[in-house]
Amino acid sequence: MWQLLKIELFKIFRKPRTFISFGAIAAIILIIQLGLKFDGKSYVELMMGDISDSFEIPYAMVLNGYFVAFVILNAILIHVPLLVALVAGDSIAGEANMGTLRLVMTKPVSRTGLMLVKYFASVIYTVLLLLWMALLALLLSIFFFGTNDTIIPRNDVIEQIQKADTLWRYIAAFAFASVALSTVAALAFLLSVFAENSIGPIVATMSIVIVLTILSELKIPMYDNTVKPYLFTSHMLGWKGFFYSRIGPDHMVIPGSIENLPAILRSLGILLGYIVMFVTTAILVFRKKDILS
Amino acid sequence: MIKQISAVFIFSLFTFMSFAQEASSLVQKARAKIEQVNSYEADGTMKTNVNFLKVPEAKVKIYFKKPDKLKIKNENGISLVPKSILGIGLNNLLTGNFTVLDAGSDILNNIKVKIVKLIPVDENSPVVLSTAYIDPVHLVILKAKITTKENGTYEIEMSYGKYVDYALPDKITCTFNIKDYKLPKGVTLDYDDGSKKISDQKLQDTKGRVEIFYASYAVNKNIPDTVF
Amino acid sequence: MSAIIQVNGLTKYFKEAKAVDDLSFTVNEGDVYGFLGQNGAGKSTTIRMLLTLIQPTSGDINMFGMDLRTHRHKILQQVGAIIERPDLYRYLSAYENISIFARMSGLKIPKKRLMEQLELVDLANRADSKVKTFSQGMKQRLGIAIALIHDPRLIILDEPTNGLDPQGIADMRNLILDLSRNHKKTVMVSSHLLSEIEIIANRMLIIDRGKKIIEGNVQELFNPAKMIVELQTLNPAKTLETIMSTKWKSFVRSHEHDKIIFEMNKVDIPELNNELVENGVQVLQIQQRYSLEEYFLSLTKAQQYVATFEN
Repeated sequence: MWQLLKIELFKIFRKPRTFISFGAIAAIILIIQLGLKFDGKSYVELMMGDISDSFEIPYAMVLNGYFVAFVILNAILIHVPLLVALVAGDSIAGEANMGTLRLVMTKPVSRTGLMLVKYFASVIYTVLLLLWMALLALLLSIFFFGTNDTIIPRNDVIEQIQKADTLWRYIAAFAFASVALSTVAALAFLLSVFAENSIGPIVATMSIVIVLTILSELKIPMYDNTVKPYLFTSHMLGWKGFFYSRIGPDHMVIPGSIENLPAILRSLGILLGYIVMFVTTAILVFRKKDILS
Repeated sequence: MIKQISAVFIFSLFTFMSFAQEASSLVQKARAKIEQVNSYEADGTMKTNVNFLKVPEAKVKIYFKKPDKLKIKNENGISLVPKSILGIGLNNLLTGNFTVLDAGSDILNNIKVKIVKLIPVDENSPVVLSTAYIDPVHLVILKAKITTKENGTYEIEMSYGKYVDYALPDKITCTFNIKDYKLPKGVTLDYDDGSKKISDQKLQDTKGRVEIFYASYAVNKNIPDTVF
Repeated sequence: MSAIIQVNGLTKYFKEAKAVDDLSFTVNEGDVYGFLGQNGAGKSTTIRMLLTLIQPTSGDINMFGMDLRTHRHKILQQVGAIIERPDLYRYLSAYENISIFARMSGLKIPKKRLMEQLELVDLANRADSKVKTFSQGMKQRLGIAIALIHDPRLIILDEPTNGLDPQGIADMRNLILDLSRNHKKTVMVSSHLLSEIEIIANRMLIIDRGKKIIEGNVQELFNPAKMIVELQTLNPAKTLETIMSTKWKSFVRSHEHDKIIFEMNKVDIPELNNELVENGVQVLQIQQRYSLEEYFLSLTKAQQYVATFEN
């Protein structure tokens, strides 16, 4: 299995398209950082809205590495599913298209094993992509902007997290995002089993993610109360939950606290459930599949 | 705007245009006590209770220098300080050119206080009216209401301890009007974790409150201007 | 001589369509086993079932004395294959490709051995070139190197000469003969060209529309007595009439347009020619025919045809 995994990873990382994702992420992060470096104050002002009327806002301090990292993650995590689908959707369909799948399947390798290894390789790619993102979004932002307390504007509340209370939240958020994106990888992987070229599953995955995200955000009560709690896209934003703190009776934020950990864990559980469902289905279908490519 | 208030107070001459002699002399005595302090540096903690802000308790340093320099610094992080607090140099609350009216007496936290109303002489002053509750025994202000033309009314309450001789409070509570916060549309996708929205809980609560607890003062210490 | 492949009652449906119909055959150790059929006859489906790419609807496959369903892993370790085009990882080099597939066979093969294998197919100097820069022939050679790298006992080649130039086809034949004679490998090779199989195979199976037509020893099946000979004359109708009145009547298998098909011994051709000329038939051409289609006709319909003609 380990040998097979190494082979899969080797194949993924020798494909030029794999690095499109890393390049795209680096480019967009640098663009955001550049923009905030030169015009960050306006951005913070925009975020803070009217409260600058009644509060003295130390803009330079708000615009620190942690804040910038949050802005970056908020802006790009919603689009990363495309990059994940690019590799996971190619996993089976790409080999079917290339014709290598039939040679692979004549090797003494079990279909279930191959599928697990291929999915796991997609997950490793996803995690590496996130680590790359963390490296650039977090470390590079800290390098450029320093650290301070993190100010996070939500829909109608502004959260503040103490500097020393921030880093673990990022680690938790990245871990959560890994699971969220692995769900997208599992979906693309499942669709990949049915296709004989990789464009289909990639486009289909993106379409599904987009449609479900719209449904998640539509705020139509009929959907909110029925389908929304079951859409995996509703739960993919759960990483943000790690940046929301509880407040004590005196309205003060309790450092180290999470506003609603059970909700995050529930989201995590639902995402893991989807992963198991998608991957199991993919394996079952692939085990029965006649390879005609 | 608060700075403007201060400015009016600084640059105006200190004159009484009232016949309420008793009230005037009380204000004058209280002012004299305040004026002993040329500067101070204080350690304290600040608690902000504003419905749309979720901030931790902050360790702050408060710097003051005559005539009106006031700075609240969070050494370890960020503090969003209400502008109204910065306007209340306390020490300059009683400075300026205004009419003093005697508004009677009252009991505040079991302390008998004298109420005076201060009306700025300058018609352009952003402050319409200040009401001060003065402890005639210790000659300190326990409470003040400042009504401005544009930003409504602030209320400040103070309690004193060790530094009462300098008229420096152990605790200040400032209550002020706030508008609701709304993130610009289309900026974010909030994670709906099912928690109750704070704004739902206290939708009507349009007052914000900031409390500062002073732990220690270093009075009349030389503070460089660069601090402010 | 032990059976390397034993297939019994193998059947495959794709939805309603029957691709392989109750097929049974045996490949023995050391055979070069020709697997003949027209395009769409079910050759590829059968080969893919042997290689576990396609699941049979029913029937049994035993290889090396083991059931393929239960011993897939052990069996496939001893099989090397090329299925149709030699599709490889185009973005990887020749060396990377062979290394990947060697490892997938569960073997730790040293770099030296991999390079030797590339040397064998004359690709050592292109070991680091990406496969996408290779010609069809080079890809085919690399495919062979990969199929053989784990030293399999059985080699299955599905239409290995498709898309090759004449030199490539000749090389492929020589390779198959070499594997069989000098390396004692069992080879199963499919083709739609009878001529190809005749040259290299010792045993063969012919299928049509998923069904077995015939299986047997190539020399017996290509018995000179049963040579298919095609006659073309200026006046086919008169020719046929003439022939039907001679002893050659019993050798006629069919006629179509201007051609008359005989099944006869090669050495009798000059005599046939003489007799025709003597009877005033203007012979345009007499030649052997290897068209698989004709061969099938000769096997399946010849007797039926003669019967109808005589009635």
